[in-house]
Amino acid sequence: MSNRRTFIKQAGSITIGFSILGPMACTTENKDLSLGEVPGVLTDPDRIDSWIRLLEDGRIQVITGKMELGQGLSTAILQVAAEELNTSFDTLSLQLAETGVTPDEGITAGSRSMETSAMSVRQAAACLREILFGLVVEEYKTEAEGLEMENGAVIVNGVSLSFAEILNGKKIEKTVFEPREYYGKTRRKFVGQPIPRPDLEKMVRGEAFYVQDLRFPGMVHARIIRPPAYSAALAGVDEATVSDKLGFVQLVRKGTFLAVVAEKEFQAVQLQRVLDGKVTWEIGEPLEQPEDLKAFIKSLPQDSNTDEDKGDWERVKEGGTLVKASYSKPWIMHAANGPSCAVALFEEGMLHIWCHSQGVYPLRETIAKMVDLQLEKVHIKGVPGSGCYGHNAADDVAGEAALIAVEIPGKHVRLQWMRNEEHAWEPYGTAMVMEHEATLDSNGKIKGWHYELWSDAHSTRPTSGDPANLLPGRFLEPSFGTPGQGWRGGAIRNAPPIYNTDAFRLTSHIYQGPLRVSALRSLGAYANVFSIECFMDELAEKAGQDPFSFRLAHLKDERAIACVGRLKQITAAVTPGERQGLGIGFARYKNSASYCAVAALVEVNDGLPVVKQMWSVIDAGECINPDGLINQTEGGMIQSASWTLKEAVKWNETHISSIDWQSYPVLRFKEIPKVEVEVIDRPELPPLGAGEAAQGPAAAAIVNAIYKATGVRVRDLPVGRISS
Amino acid sequence: METISLTVNGNPVQLDIDPATPLLYALREELQLNGPKFGCGLQQCGACMVLLDGEATPSCVLPIAAVEGKEVTTLEGLAGKDGKLHPVQQAFLEEQAAQCGYCLNGMVINAVSVLDANPSATEAEIREALDINICRCGTHSRILNAILKSRKS
Repeated sequence: MSNRRTFIKQAGSITIGFSILGPMACTTENKDLSLGEVPGVLTDPDRIDSWIRLLEDGRIQVITGKMELGQGLSTAILQVAAEELNTSFDTLSLQLAETGVTPDEGITAGSRSMETSAMSVRQAAACLREILFGLVVEEYKTEAEGLEMENGAVIVNGVSLSFAEILNGKKIEKTVFEPREYYGKTRRKFVGQPIPRPDLEKMVRGEAFYVQDLRFPGMVHARIIRPPAYSAALAGVDEATVSDKLGFVQLVRKGTFLAVVAEKEFQAVQLQRVLDGKVTWEIGEPLEQPEDLKAFIKSLPQDSNTDEDKGDWERVKEGGTLVKASYSKPWIMHAANGPSCAVALFEEGMLHIWCHSQGVYPLRETIAKMVDLQLEKVHIKGVPGSGCYGHNAADDVAGEAALIAVEIPGKHVRLQWMRNEEHAWEPYGTAMVMEHEATLDSNGKIKGWHYELWSDAHSTRPTSGDPANLLPGRFLEPSFGTPGQGWRGGAIRNAPPIYNTDAFRLTSHIYQGPLRVSALRSLGAYANVFSIECFMDELAEKAGQDPFSFRLAHLKDERAIACVGRLKQITAAVTPGERQGLGIGFARYKNSASYCAVAALVEVNDGLPVVKQMWSVIDAGECINPDGLINQTEGGMIQSASWTLKEAVKWNETHISSIDWQSYPVLRFKEIPKVEVEVIDRPELPPLGAGEAAQGPAAAAIVNAIYKATGVRVRDLPVGRISS
Repeated sequence: METISLTVNGNPVQLDIDPATPLLYALREELQLNGPKFGCGLQQCGACMVLLDGEATPSCVLPIAAVEGKEVTTLEGLAGKDGKLHPVQQAFLEEQAAQCGYCLNGMVINAVSVLDANPSATEAEIREALDINICRCGTHSRILNAILKSRKS
């Protein structure tokens, strides 16, 4: 803050002029990953300065309440701002989610960041431009026509005026309004271009970028002594087993929550290993070992609901050929490449946390409650971590670091999970059972469809402020318990097929399963679309039609037809060879976001499927960055291929037994398909969420291709080895 | 504690350190390097790879005592003194071959090692060599394109 004070002193009236962007407009950017003081700026999303601020070095700070997860959000947000202000990236800087600094944009999830945050930034930037133009018109008695903005200045009759010169001490406070023009719609100099990601060079050079790279003077390292089971309680620990060891700082015990702190990171790891063998636990009920996943899931207590009932399914059911199929998917994990990590500091009554949470504001509320601090005494800064596209242990590790830090005031505490902890304790994407029945009329048209699904929760994010949603919450004394029944909306995402039918009924059963679960990329849409699109192929076969024609005959939405139609053109020349098959899948994500059609060419040798190539056509409305969209879609297909072919969480009667990359195999380089993505850009339309669109269609495309290659319908994931 | 001498990114280094400490922890904590990342601590994922006497090697298990007198190059040491990126790094930028980028260190280091040993390595050979490197964002296809591209330069 001293910089800011000095600046205000020196700049005098110019500072007042900056108040157009709010009273705290001249913030000091956090130039590195470390925290500045909390500036305490207003974060009202209606204020222009909640999204755009001027920095004292003349640069413009673009602000988002969302997080960079590897999806390229930073670049796309900068692009929309650069467009409206007609400025190069060099004059811009980006502030990611931080409590008290950025607007509260909830969770970075659901492929919503372009639709929400980017559009807020776009509007604020366009408003700023029009305000500055208005001042110039007034002051210089010139026409608004012909005014240009360029790299942080307005060009008036060939003269370049900086924002400060234009403001000239004026104090104008404005909230966002509907601007007359969006350059993003009329000019598209930055928007719609494949602008390279500015953050990538840092990664390539090995510069500090991730939360894992944070270092502070005197920082200590913590590790958690994990219980052997979800149900375990800590019976006893003898501090003497480690207290004389090199580097030992402290044991932190709160109920069953047990952490060891050391001066050096590897010392903490060694102490964790020692304690792992010395601590005694009481283990509760063993985990059930189901032989038949579907029967097991259906046997669990469940909350049932008819979510949609259009037309008269019972009547339509009798009026044609009834086709039925039952599908399932197991629990699968995020399994980020880098285990979850956070740094926490408790100093002068303030708890500061650096972490890769996808929702710093909801997390702040939850942690404040857990450590019993007032909300304003907790400050969380989002720093990118290892990607995983979902709710992994990012929030848990932040909560744990906080619990430890409050016991060691004045010290930065860095906590990173080990591989076996990440695999065995993160919240998984839940197992689901998906059962479809539909009737076909004599013309091969679907008359009615009934879809019945079983699912555990798809989000136990700490959005309600309940510490039960953080892993340590349940282990504290007194315990905050475990999350209750989850959110139905995640399970039924994309459950209604996009295809036209006279009748459709959706029944969902939400159970509470034995494993910890939360949001994984696309939530229920992955399993729903997988099963719907495989079932569509089964129906097409019964109707005697090819998969493309059958889908097109049941679509009304022009954009859906264009998307599927384009995939058909692209793959028309593909001739599957011996033991090969070509399959397709399609969905509009959430039935309201991007349209995505996927084709897969799969070869099956001795029962082992290898995906040779995948193609995708995606319509995400207005595309902000085509290379970013392509990257997300390529990655979505490959990640989905890994889930579909290989992934399933395993456990024994005590706990999870998928604890590393050998016991939880994922797709590796030798098995990676070639991928091609084509974007249908619709600059005249709003942007649509796209980051999760490929997951379901890709799974169905692979499994449908396997059928073409082998004649075997795989209905239970993962595919594994095919026995014919 | 023991004194261990080695060369890191061309500079002689002496560390007073527990000789059991894996090389990764020494690089990250004692030498403040960011390139090599902790991924699994089990030599299963490649995130922690460094060039050890020119060969890509996981550093998460290898005790520092075992690298006495050896030459270690990390991601930070690949660029020239003038800051010019190694052709493999440059190709990763040009192909935008990352999403979260956490695996990128191991991918680049392993690719450099493979191409140093065999500048005309085939795609199949590159896939084979990089099979150890896990990526969870699914950027493999771009990474392959980047490595194939840098092979020509």
